[in-house]
Amino acid sequence: MDFTRRETLALGAGAALMTVLPFRVNAAADDAINEFTGGAAVADGGVDLDAPEIAENGNTVPIGVSAEGATAILLLAAGNPTPGVATYNFGPLAGSTAASTRIRLAGTQDVIAIAKLADGSFARASKTVKVTIGGCGG
Amino acid sequence: MAASAMVGASGFGNWARLAAQQSLTQDQLLQFDTFGNVSLIHVTDIHAQLKPIYFREPSINIGVGGNKGEVPHVTGADFRRLYGIEDGSPSHYALSSGDFASLAQAYGKVGGLDRVATVINAIRADRPDALLLDGGDTWHGSMTCYKTEGQDMVNVMNALKPDAMTFHWEFTLGSERVQEIVEGLPFAALGQNIFDAEWDEPAELFKPYKFFERGGVKIAVIGQAFPYMPIANPRWMFPEYSFGIRDENMQAMVDEVRAAGAELVVCLSHNGFDVDKQMASVVTGIDVILSGHTHDALPEPVLVGETIIVASGSNGKFVSRVDLDVRDGRMMGFRHKLIPIFSDVITPDAKVASLIDEQRAPYKAELEEVIGTTDELLYRRGNFNGTWDDLICNALMSEREADIAMSPGVRWGPSLIPGDNITREDIWNVTSMSYGEAYRSEMTGEFIKVILEDVADNIFNPDPYYQQGGDMVRIGGMGYRIDVSKPQGERISDMTLLKTGEAIDPSKTYIVAGWASVNEGTEGPQIWDVVESHIRKQGTITLEPNNSVEVTGV
Repeated sequence: MDFTRRETLALGAGAALMTVLPFRVNAAADDAINEFTGGAAVADGGVDLDAPEIAENGNTVPIGVSAEGATAILLLAAGNPTPGVATYNFGPLAGSTAASTRIRLAGTQDVIAIAKLADGSFARASKTVKVTIGGCGG
Repeated sequence: MAASAMVGASGFGNWARLAAQQSLTQDQLLQFDTFGNVSLIHVTDIHAQLKPIYFREPSINIGVGGNKGEVPHVTGADFRRLYGIEDGSPSHYALSSGDFASLAQAYGKVGGLDRVATVINAIRADRPDALLLDGGDTWHGSMTCYKTEGQDMVNVMNALKPDAMTFHWEFTLGSERVQEIVEGLPFAALGQNIFDAEWDEPAELFKPYKFFERGGVKIAVIGQAFPYMPIANPRWMFPEYSFGIRDENMQAMVDEVRAAGAELVVCLSHNGFDVDKQMASVVTGIDVILSGHTHDALPEPVLVGETIIVASGSNGKFVSRVDLDVRDGRMMGFRHKLIPIFSDVITPDAKVASLIDEQRAPYKAELEEVIGTTDELLYRRGNFNGTWDDLICNALMSEREADIAMSPGVRWGPSLIPGDNITREDIWNVTSMSYGEAYRSEMTGEFIKVILEDVADNIFNPDPYYQQGGDMVRIGGMGYRIDVSKPQGERISDMTLLKTGEAIDPSKTYIVAGWASVNEGTEGPQIWDVVESHIRKQGTITLEPNNSVEVTGV
C-alpha cells in the first residue's frame, strides 16, 4: 500500500483509472494487430513471451519475446493509452530471433506478442501482467 | 517415479489418539519408524521466535478457484473431521482453531528453538546425515532480531546446523546486511529465482541449488525465495534484486540437476502453498516441495502429480520429518510426520537454551516490562481480521486521531490468552519490522476502495500465481462487504464509516492512520511505540467483537 501523503495524492489522481482494472484490449491494439497482419489469421502458440505475473515496478517491466524463424515480432501493451511498444525485424543474418526490453504499464493488462513467421503466417502469445499497489505480504 | 508405485504414510494419528490418555510424552511426539534411506527435516517461517509462544491457527482461510474447499483452506471443526482429529486432542490444539484459550491452558505453549533443537538432535540420532532445511522468514519478527539486525537468529540457527536456507523477510534487513550475513553463513543460501535487477541474470550471492550426498543418494536441493518480495515489501530496501516465480527457470534447474545425476530433487520453497501446488503442476521432476510462506500446518503431504508438498507451519511451532526411500534414481515412497513442538513436553536442549538466553540478555529488562494485561484472546491469523489487529487499529485511531486505521495482513505474530500480561516483547512480536513507521495521511473514499480492491486481488485472484500469500489489510473504523468470487474492482461494496454509520463518500477525504508502508521516506512514530502507549492507557485490554466485514461469494 501507498501511504506517504505525496504518493497518496499522486495515486489518488490515478484512482479513477485504477478502479476499472484490469485494462482491456482497446481498439487501438486491435488496429495495430490488423495493420501488422494485414487481417490474416493468427495462430496461438509458436511465440515465447517472457513477462512477470506481477510487475515488481510498473514503470519498468522486463519483457522478452522470441519465435523460431520469425521475420518480425510486434509487441503490444494492450491496455496502455498507446499500445504499440516495438516491432522487431529480423534479417536473414540475424543470429537469433529474440529480443528483450523494458516497458511501462499503466495498470494491470495483457501484453501481446505477434510474430510474423518465415512462411508468412502469424503466431500469437499473450500474458496478463498485474500492476499492484502492493505492500501487505505475509 | 510412478505415483501409483509411491507408498506414503503420515504419523500424526499416533499422537492424536493419546488425547484421552492425557499421556503425551516426548518419546511419543518423536516416535518414528525410520524409513528408506534419506531423511529431510523442515523448519520454516520461524519469524525470530526463539522462546515458546502460543499460536492460534486461523478459523477463516478462504480458498478460491481450484483451491476452493481444498487444504489448507479448511479450518476448525471441518479440518478436524477431514483428518480424523478428535475434539479437544493435542492435534486439535496444535493444528486447528476453536476452544483455543482453554486448550492453550491445558496443553501449554508451543515452539522454542531449544525444543526444536532437541527434536532435530533426536532425528539425527536416528539418521545422522538427515538434511535440515530452513524455508526462510527466520531473521525477522522480534525485538531482539530487530535490534541485532538478525544476528540473534543467525547465531541460534547456526547452532542447529542447517544445510540450506531460502528467504523472504530477511531482505527487509536491507541488501547490505543480507550480503554481510549470507557471506558468513556456514550453509547454502539458495534461490533459483533471486536475480540481479539490472541485468536480469541470476544473482551471484545466491546459488540456485546445492547437491548433497546422503544415504548413498545424490540429492539436489533447489531454493525458491518468496517471488513477490519487491511488491509485498519495500523494494527500495533491496533494489539490486529481482524475484518472480520464474517457473521456466525452475524447470531448467530441475533438468540441469537431473542431467548431473540427481536421484532426488527437493525444492525448498517460500512460494506459499497454493503457488507451490500450481508450480508442481507446471514443473516436472520435483520429488518433494518443502513449502513455506503461508504458514499452513498440514498433518499429511499433498500430492500433485508425482510431487509431494509438505507444509510445516510457522513460528517454531512444528518440525516436519520426511523419510524417503530413494532407489534406482527414483523416490519410491515416503513416511512423514509433522511434529508439534509442545514446549512443556519436549525437554529443551541445554546448549541452545543458554545460547538463546545469551542473545536476549542485553535486552532482558526491556523485553520483560509489563505494559498491560489482556482479558481477550489476542491472535492475528484470519483472512479479514484478528484481535491483535483490532487492538493495533484501535491504537492507531486513538493515538493518531484518525477516522480509519489500516494494519497489514501479515500472518506472523504469536497469540496471548485471556489473563496474560502484555509485555513489550509481546507487542514487538506482532509489530517488529524495519519499516514500522506509523503514518497519518489523507485518503479519499475512492482511494480507500482502490487499496481494498488491490489487496483483495492479491488474496482472492483465482490464479495462485497472482496471489502474494498474505491476508486482507485489516481496517479499523470502517466496515465493508466483500464478495470474494468477483473480479478486481467489483469485490468491495458498502463501505461504511463506523463512527457515524454513514456510507463512505468516494470524493470525501478521510484521515487514515496505518503502518508498514512500502514507500521510502514514510514518516511517523514506530508502530510498537504507538501500540505500547495505547495499551498503557488502557491497562487491561477488552475489545468489542469485530463484525465489520461481511463476506460473501465463499
